Amino acid sequence: MHEPLDPSKKQDQRKSPTGRDFNLVGKPFRRVDGRAKVTGQTRFADDLSFPRMVHMKLVRSTVPHARIVDIDLSEAEKMPGVLGFLTGESMPNPFGILPVSQDEHALCVDKVRFVGDPVVAVAALTEEQAYEASLAVKVEYESLETIATVEEAVATPEPRIHDYGDEGNLHKKLSMQFGDTDAGFEEADEIFEDVMYFEGNTHLPMEQHATVALTEEVDRVTVYSSTQTPHYLHRSLTKVLELPASRIRVIACPNGGGFGGKSDPFNHEVCAAKMALKLGRPVKISLSREEVFYCHRGRHPVLMKIRTGVKKDGTLTSQHLQTALDGGAYGSYGVASTYYTGALQTVTYNLPKYRFDSIRAFTNKAPCGPKRGHGTPQPRFAFEVHLDKIAHSLGLDPAEMRMQQLVPADSVTSNWLKVGSMGLGKCIEAVVEGSGWKERHGKLPEGHGLGLACGSYLSGAGLPIYWNHMPQSGVQLQLDRSGGVALFCGETEIGQGSDSVVAAITAEVLGIDLKDIRLCVADTDLTPVDLGSYSSRVTLMAGNAALQAAERARDLVAKGAAKKLEVPANELVFAEGRVFHGENPEVGMTWQEAVIEAESRFGTLGTTGSYIPPRSPGRYRGAGVGPSPAYSYSAAVVETRVDPETGVYRVEHVWMAHDVGQCINPAMVMGQIEGSVYMGLGEAMMEEQVYRRLPKKRSNALVHKHPSMLEYKSPTFADMPGVTSYIIEDPDPNGPFGAKEVGQGPLLPMMPAVANSIFDAVGVRVDQVPIAPHMIRQAIEARDKGKEARFGPKKFPEVDFGTPLRVPTPEEGGDGKAINIEEAGVREGTGTMTERKDAVKGGE
Amino acid sequence: MLRLPAFQFHAPETAADAARILAEDPANTRVVAGGTDLWPNMKRRHQGAKTIVSLRSIPEMSGICVDDEGGVIIGATTTLDQITRNETVQEKYPTLVKAIASISSPVLRNTGTIGGNLCLDTRCTYYNQNEEWRRSISYCMKAEGEVCWVAPSSPRCWAVSSGDSVPMLCALGAEITLHSTEGERIVPLAELFNDDGMHYLTKRPDEILTRVRIPAPSGERTGWWKLRRRGSIDYGVLSVAVAGWCSGETTDRIEIWLGSVGSTPVRCSESIDHLIGKPLTAETIAEAAALARKGDGANPLGNTDFAPQWRGKMIEKYVDAVLREVAGLPVERLVPHHGS
Amino acid sequence: MDSQDQKAGEHQQVFRLLNVNGEPHQTGFSVHHSLLEVLREQLNLTGTKHGCELGECGTCTVLIDGQPVLSCLELAAECEGREITTVEGMMDGNDLHPLQEAFADLGAAQCGYCTPGILVTAKALLEENPEPTRDEIVSALAGNLCRCTGYHKILEGIEWAAAKMRGDNDYTPPKEAIYGDPLPGEGDSHA
Repeated sequence: MHEPLDPSKKQDQRKSPTGRDFNLVGKPFRRVDGRAKVTGQTRFADDLSFPRMVHMKLVRSTVPHARIVDIDLSEAEKMPGVLGFLTGESMPNPFGILPVSQDEHALCVDKVRFVGDPVVAVAALTEEQAYEASLAVKVEYESLETIATVEEAVATPEPRIHDYGDEGNLHKKLSMQFGDTDAGFEEADEIFEDVMYFEGNTHLPMEQHATVALTEEVDRVTVYSSTQTPHYLHRSLTKVLELPASRIRVIACPNGGGFGGKSDPFNHEVCAAKMALKLGRPVKISLSREEVFYCHRGRHPVLMKIRTGVKKDGTLTSQHLQTALDGGAYGSYGVASTYYTGALQTVTYNLPKYRFDSIRAFTNKAPCGPKRGHGTPQPRFAFEVHLDKIAHSLGLDPAEMRMQQLVPADSVTSNWLKVGSMGLGKCIEAVVEGSGWKERHGKLPEGHGLGLACGSYLSGAGLPIYWNHMPQSGVQLQLDRSGGVALFCGETEIGQGSDSVVAAITAEVLGIDLKDIRLCVADTDLTPVDLGSYSSRVTLMAGNAALQAAERARDLVAKGAAKKLEVPANELVFAEGRVFHGENPEVGMTWQEAVIEAESRFGTLGTTGSYIPPRSPGRYRGAGVGPSPAYSYSAAVVETRVDPETGVYRVEHVWMAHDVGQCINPAMVMGQIEGSVYMGLGEAMMEEQVYRRLPKKRSNALVHKHPSMLEYKSPTFADMPGVTSYIIEDPDPNGPFGAKEVGQGPLLPMMPAVANSIFDAVGVRVDQVPIAPHMIRQAIEARDKGKEARFGPKKFPEVDFGTPLRVPTPEEGGDGKAINIEEAGVREGTGTMTERKDAVKGGE
Repeated sequence: MLRLPAFQFHAPETAADAARILAEDPANTRVVAGGTDLWPNMKRRHQGAKTIVSLRSIPEMSGICVDDEGGVIIGATTTLDQITRNETVQEKYPTLVKAIASISSPVLRNTGTIGGNLCLDTRCTYYNQNEEWRRSISYCMKAEGEVCWVAPSSPRCWAVSSGDSVPMLCALGAEITLHSTEGERIVPLAELFNDDGMHYLTKRPDEILTRVRIPAPSGERTGWWKLRRRGSIDYGVLSVAVAGWCSGETTDRIEIWLGSVGSTPVRCSESIDHLIGKPLTAETIAEAAALARKGDGANPLGNTDFAPQWRGKMIEKYVDAVLREVAGLPVERLVPHHGS
Repeated sequence: MDSQDQKAGEHQQVFRLLNVNGEPHQTGFSVHHSLLEVLREQLNLTGTKHGCELGECGTCTVLIDGQPVLSCLELAAECEGREITTVEGMMDGNDLHPLQEAFADLGAAQCGYCTPGILVTAKALLEENPEPTRDEIVSALAGNLCRCTGYHKILEGIEWAAAKMRGDNDYTPPKEAIYGDPLPGEGDSHA
């Protein structure tokens, strides 16, 4: 259905705030892959099969930290159907998503670092046979001491889990100071301090990861995979397989959900390609649900200490945030995640002075990485609960207090982030009005409460993972006499609707029907590079690339049509499948006729578009994390009922407002908002990726507590409250048609809003998520005994952060650079994730 | 994807044939009806069988009928969904319907059977795990290992009795029929269970549970509550079933049973004794509820969802709530999900 | 034992006539194979997905004799003589089922992975109860997890399809489901 939906018939169409009259943008339309997804025609990676295809399983470590002493394949070799094995030495080159953390091997070489680390790959005729054979592989280990928490990692520098990292078992340690924070604290009337904890959780995409690899030549391989980042998988395969990039083709299948969990290059993907090259047959691997929990790369558990100076009227004068991330066994995106636990604290409320210290520890658990909100939900939780406490303590209304100090639009924050459009005020107003906040907050009967919180997120990271001067998104259009337009783009559809976004932007500019666009996406051989579906970058970046390619195509076609119609090309309008004179619409021709004119005049028609984000003003090391072409904003009010006798609670309703800049498709924006509310509720109430260590005297085991859909609690239909969503459109000049992100931002306010609503209901604080009923109950019992009415972490670990990197703020007349590089012991440049040599190498 | 290990399969058409096949090698043979418990356990490799005997093709084991005394007989392979939709059951035992309608999820109840729920393997988060996971903890006592990891110094297994229909059926005084090559025997359902996570059923391995009989209602007032994290799919971590028979103000007889707090369904004897001969008032109920934690075998440990100590405390709160419901007193307890 | 059954190696093989989406499929497989495996791997009906294979997520739901069943926990060997319906059986020729129309238009399918299981479950519900309340829909679908949508678009899609199937062509999904709620103080902003 590419006609507008019934409820949006012409007279009902919501006018965009900019008053522009769009063909398609801003109106609900059926997503381009909608029909395939409701008929079972969408081909996910595990749905693929090829002649002679065989199946692979990985033998994963059953010990948390050990040296590999011996691998015995003798029994497995005799199992029916077995075709071959791979072990670590066949793929010695390490890989990893960040150039600075190339610490993974396709199969462990000498050491395993967590339960689930792959050691052997086995291929057999059927998956059943491969699994049976995998159980028969015997690996002998020599156990090493394990590290289960950040505190243990700080206290146990040796033995190291990795032989790299900032010190001991700390993968990353950083300290940054923006402005004179001490002076800021001195200006304050009161200083507030909280210690908060955010438990780890995982993406739990419904689709388990799967990969199929095929060979065409001895040195040419094609890899189909459920990946959000075909480009980075392509890079890793090049490195591990030692083949030229031009001989490796990665095709990202539509992902059955990603949420960040399919953004790393994974062992199974590399092994499938290697096995295909070894056997000369198509090789498929489809992970079990348990293995998906081991792939993880989910939300880091983060312990936080937040200290803020505040004037009596609520004005924030200074903040010192400390975060400690439990990174799990590998680097993954961890360095970026570490910076993200501090970077976006400044983009919502004025924070004139700001200091941020952080560590990320290696532990013997599944590696953490980017999950929806990447590193920002944890400090956002701490900040928004902290603000609620401050408002309560100062006798201020939490909504008013926030409204008083919103970061202005078109400003630069104390840590040098450039904010463009800023619709947070409108978001707060909407949820405050909608929820009856003023009449109800603090005034509901015992057991009923309202909580408010806000958030902000990137519309794509300003810097690519590998520094270079090439586009971060590219689109190529091919037009011909059929009137059809082929659109090539590296973007990856993970359910968020990116196919529809690039198609809609193209259709908008060319004035054609979506059905006349044929998409070819996420194929490293055929499509221009797009860095992937992460950091909410696709609508803005691939959208801008599509916009540029489409405008160029429109200009070509306009020239062709203008000559025939004898009107100036710049007066032609493209709409409803026609090209016509704006002032005299009957002077025109069909789109197809216009393309024929252009093809006759210019020959074969094709255009390209690309996107590189604007440069950010920050020039200090670490400034690479946080900048974005545009920030989205969200505010939520949550209404909760709490049973003070048991601690059992339920969220009754959610009001969520999100500043998306400009909807490309409001129905899909709504879907992202509701999906974010859902996932945020899960994180607030029940989802946790937690581990079990058996009694140390009896066992060295350290295992994921419950790697299953049953025990990892994802809310069901019966757990989802009503949601009132408000779409706020504050267009950003950097977004295509003003559009900003919506996939991640609305998740951020949920966790603190739930915690704040519980306080409003029963007057106790739970300073950690997920909030289990026993925590509320314990806080109430503490209060009843005259103790602090709180459940939560008690202290932040003792860490010597050394001298912070000092960066004067714009207000202080800074120039974006640090002033004590040598003293702080950091290198020059803004990079954080890229080694210098990679930066210099640029493209590769 | 996780797959079943290979087995030999039989689908006999009479209970006698099924019993005969089972008797050939009871240690290596398992009967199955819905499969919603056995198949996942076999896929994870903590239950195994060389031979599977499907009971689905045995007409005599399926269906619901009323006997001469007004009791209701439910065939063991009757699905949970069929029971909740049955008008006779709805009319006679509305609280049982509530309990059964809460089991797992609607789609699972279309396949899961009452016999399967009664014989449900005891559950534990150290046990209901994949083969590879259990290898990484060197297995547990209940399957291939030696230690009960939830209580490592304990000589016994503490896996949890989790059949959500069990406490209510016990409270109603249900009986079951066990069929073997030696014939049939009828035993009270309450006697089917052992307080041991490994040997949790008293039934012999060669016996098949063929039906359950619930006595005709005799004026009992009933109540049933369940605690679990989510509004669907999850097993209960505490369920409370009450059936009370009163004359006037006096409680003549009352049954209070707990589920999912030990390796066996738990009868709250002290609470029951406390209430017999008394009226059900807010005070007597609160007193009885305070005794419920002492029920025979109640011992919530860290092998289910939720914090064990809190679960222990919830026994009193939930027993209090259900008794109040039975007594017609107002109940303000919040159930932990958006019920619908 | 079934007279058609025979042994091949260690695995007991069976041959069954399976009726899937109204079409007979004579097919042979190992007796321990689930309906999910046979549908996807034997009959190439990959529309039915899988998320855990343990009955914990609802993704692999198909209809057997009109009832939603988890195909991961059903032996294909026991499905002879029963009507199996998968998502591939929902279309009428080249036309989408009203549920499919509504899901596609509202964005009730985001990644689309849980969608086949939810669609057939909803189909079974509407065939039994043409005008379900919101609570009844929630109850019927409570065994199907979705990680993308937050469920609201699915509920709205089922309500829309139910109206269409009852012949109520005037029904439209609530405007706020598509545009969000009108901003407070701008009550008519969608008009």
